[in-house]
Amino acid sequence: MKYGKEIVLLTLAAFLALAGAALGEDSAFRAHMWVLFFALAAGTIVLLRQVSWASAEGPASIPLRSDGTERYMDGPIRYGAIATVFWAVVGLLVGVVVALQLAFPQLNFEPFLTFGRVRPLHTSAVIFAFGGNALIATSFYVVQRTSRARLFGGDLAWFVFWGYQLFIILAATGYLLGITQSREYAEPEWYVDLWLTIVWVAYFLVFFGTILKRKEPHIYVANWFYLSFIITIAMLHIVNNLAMPVSFLGSKSYSLFAGVQDALTQWWYGHNAVGFFLTAGFLGMMYYFVPKQANRPVYSYRLSIIHFWAIIFLYIWAGPHHLHYTALPDWAQTLGMVFSIMLWMPSWGGMINGLMTLSGAWDKLRTDPIIRMMVMAVAFYGMATFEGPMMSIKAVNSLSHYTDWTIGHVHSGALGWNGLISFGAIYFLVPRLWGRERLYSIRMVSWHFWLATIGIVIYAATMWVSGIQQGLMWREYDDQGFLVYTFAETVAAMHPYYIMRATGGAMYLLGAVLMAYNVFMTIKGKVREEAPMGGRAPALQPAE
Amino acid sequence: MALLDKHAIIERNATLLLVGSLFVVTIGGIVEIVPLFYLENTIEKVEGMRPYSPLELAGRNIYIREGCYTCHSQMIRPFRDEVERFGNYSLAAESMYDHPFQWGSKRTGPDLARVGGRYSNEWHVQHLINPQSVVPESVMPSYSFLAKKPLEVGDFSTQLVANLKVGVPYTEEMISKANADIRVQADPDGDHDDLLSRYPKAVVGDFDGNPQALTEMDALVAYLQMLGTLVDFSTYDETGGYR
Repeated sequence: MKYGKEIVLLTLAAFLALAGAALGEDSAFRAHMWVLFFALAAGTIVLLRQVSWASAEGPASIPLRSDGTERYMDGPIRYGAIATVFWAVVGLLVGVVVALQLAFPQLNFEPFLTFGRVRPLHTSAVIFAFGGNALIATSFYVVQRTSRARLFGGDLAWFVFWGYQLFIILAATGYLLGITQSREYAEPEWYVDLWLTIVWVAYFLVFFGTILKRKEPHIYVANWFYLSFIITIAMLHIVNNLAMPVSFLGSKSYSLFAGVQDALTQWWYGHNAVGFFLTAGFLGMMYYFVPKQANRPVYSYRLSIIHFWAIIFLYIWAGPHHLHYTALPDWAQTLGMVFSIMLWMPSWGGMINGLMTLSGAWDKLRTDPIIRMMVMAVAFYGMATFEGPMMSIKAVNSLSHYTDWTIGHVHSGALGWNGLISFGAIYFLVPRLWGRERLYSIRMVSWHFWLATIGIVIYAATMWVSGIQQGLMWREYDDQGFLVYTFAETVAAMHPYYIMRATGGAMYLLGAVLMAYNVFMTIKGKVREEAPMGGRAPALQPAE
Repeated sequence: MALLDKHAIIERNATLLLVGSLFVVTIGGIVEIVPLFYLENTIEKVEGMRPYSPLELAGRNIYIREGCYTCHSQMIRPFRDEVERFGNYSLAAESMYDHPFQWGSKRTGPDLARVGGRYSNEWHVQHLINPQSVVPESVMPSYSFLAKKPLEVGDFSTQLVANLKVGVPYTEEMISKANADIRVQADPDGDHDDLLSRYPKAVVGDFDGNPQALTEMDALVAYLQMLGTLVDFSTYDETGGYR
């Protein structure tokens, strides 16, 4: 029987989940185990019906060798591309919802849909569901092409894909049920963390195993970044989630560390979730897809060596800048600040290497909205990695911390850099993975580009104004030495900005919906009839 | 640049690349985090800190569950405006029993590090049920369900035991009396002296206006009412606490 072993294991796991639902110590855990049971039962049914999605090695399977004896394993990548687009739309939609909740508190629906529970859903959906799927799918694609080897481990890659989706579902439903560790970007409780650890080890094995069996003597630079991302995230995830569960049948655990030590461990993790998940991994993406789409070699090999080692060494020190002027010892704050400022240089090294790869191909910006999207992504990377070091300076941070400025900064990085480079990679991948001549519509990519770019600019500019205004209002004194504003007045002053921010976010979401439609039609094999981009070159003018 | 040419060795050897990058990324964390565990002046010497009472701990778990930290900090920075607005700047000692810490990163709402004792129980209950009825400008969601939801106590001593395992100094007496203590604290007719001998300064009595039932509202308000009240600042030597 096909999938015999898998069906037995899934059934067993579903049965265990059912037992957890019956015997759980607290109601949240029991509810969560029901969710797990239904997810596993659905998986079992799908396998039993032999809906053989897993054999997607069909028509578009790409031969690795000219004699066709070995083929790239693209099934999990196709699924990953679809999951990336799906979670992008979901995560961005939840983002617009939480933005509106801040403008209109009536949009909170207790107990499950209050800001405090939905906000982690938004951050995890965009970072781990959208970003994570983009990273896993692209890394599997890139490592095979640049190593000229099929993915290592056979069906292990499928386990990584489905295991990761299960992690997302457990994390997301857990937040709405109130199951959280309250560690930002590491909210899932201990049992979900353990599951992610297993999936992550499998991911590492597939990726590293493929590198080990490569036919190319050199490991391509994109793979250095992907590899450092995978192992560093493993280290951060394990250390930051060390906790003591109250019961092995309960959802609650208590962090191993307390107070100061706990705070720095969390922000050592939190900042390097940015540094390795959202930077190193996505730089791997940049180093493959920008040269491919531009059809130019990477600008500088030496620069890539220097900025790789510098960035992974320096990033890990930057965590304390999230704790300026707190009860964290000053020496740690200062170290964090100094290293954050130094980080500016390798960050811009990466930006320069990405942008200069277009040397000799800048004309493509006019005709190719995909390369335009990638260039804009790298430009936003440069802006965000300048703004970050600036905000880590203690004097600046005293104003910006606790305000929307931080939120704006994160979004110019996440929407601008991570979002646009992932969209660019998706537009590159989809026609190739499904063996289509081109995307359904190139003009829609251009619309997506403009909607996203203008949306980010509205978002970031609004948050600068609101953040700086609120920070200044908090510290404003009148000439008699009294505070001018109550806290509530500073909250009221944010209202117009929160509406504008939601507008910017909605534009970005609309762009992603266009992408989903475009990708869907491309997979169906449709091609939209449209005038080519920038087709009419300006006529040469005679010199006068 | 001959050194850079040597990089080809690493590029050809996956294991070397793996071990090398893992080594490089561990350094920063080791240098910054490990000393916090043994440098003695990391946590100030203060009087008054004690573990959370069972009811406060249950309230704290609700605070975490609802994601209050996404909008409220519990970390007052040493600036004139923050100290005037929220009270004495926060000490490291004040979160020494916090597993996990709740310093927060965003102030959509005000800091809560010293909210204890600032408002009445009735105000808190009204505010949690309908925030805009007491603060019209507020964008806080309503949490009226807390007043209706009975507190899920279970065997609460297991919560204290888990805390003990991660280093919170709960005594055997505290653990054995946890299930009684959690009810006594919110019971207006309970024997509070016994409870207060274990948990000095705990706020006792009915919190949610309904003495018959022990609700999640009782627990959350009991937690809010003790925030920032434990340390005795009259005996605190600021100069000795320089970090």
